[in-house]
Amino acid sequence: MAMEANEIERLIKEAIPDATVRIEDLRGDGDHYAAYVSSATFKGKSRVQQHQMVYAALKGRMGGELHALALQTSAPE
Amino acid sequence: MENVVFDRIREEISDNDVVLFMKGSPVFPQCGFSAAVAQALTVMGVKFKGVDVLQDPGIRQGIKDFSNWPTIPQLYVKGEFVGGCDIVREMYESGELQQLLKDKGIETQAASA
Repeated sequence: MAMEANEIERLIKEAIPDATVRIEDLRGDGDHYAAYVSSATFKGKSRVQQHQMVYAALKGRMGGELHALALQTSAPE
Repeated sequence: MENVVFDRIREEISDNDVVLFMKGSPVFPQCGFSAAVAQALTVMGVKFKGVDVLQDPGIRQGIKDFSNWPTIPQLYVKGEFVGGCDIVREMYESGELQQLLKDKGIETQAASA
């Protein structure tokens, strides 16, 4: 069921190569994560579009084997 | 099959200014993320329609396809997808959500300064 933090990071970087990714395992149970993703490709996109890009990178795992991923995205200044 | 569900979703979001697709009802949410968004709307005094996806497997999957969004809750304002739990929380905390509702002409009571 659970997913490894470095697997989440790997998938995001595979799809968004310039991304800076920080993953926190919120409860230490491998099931509740927070991800902070920053990428220049987010520039000019809405938050919804930015999150959709990250969800797409996770290839359907979000909402499935990955139950809880609190997501925060930003474009570098 | 998909069209019937999409039609129902379109009807909900055009008939109601603020719609929250959620697990459980606004009074008895069945999920912490749904509860958080429902509570934020309630605190702002926003009238919204809660659609309980647990009552309807078609909508539960259909809304994810409709919005291209993998999780629930999902907030719609005036027919437009605003976001899920993380985005709504971020916007609520920064005051953007209040501004968005104001811009769309949605009434909030006792708007917090």
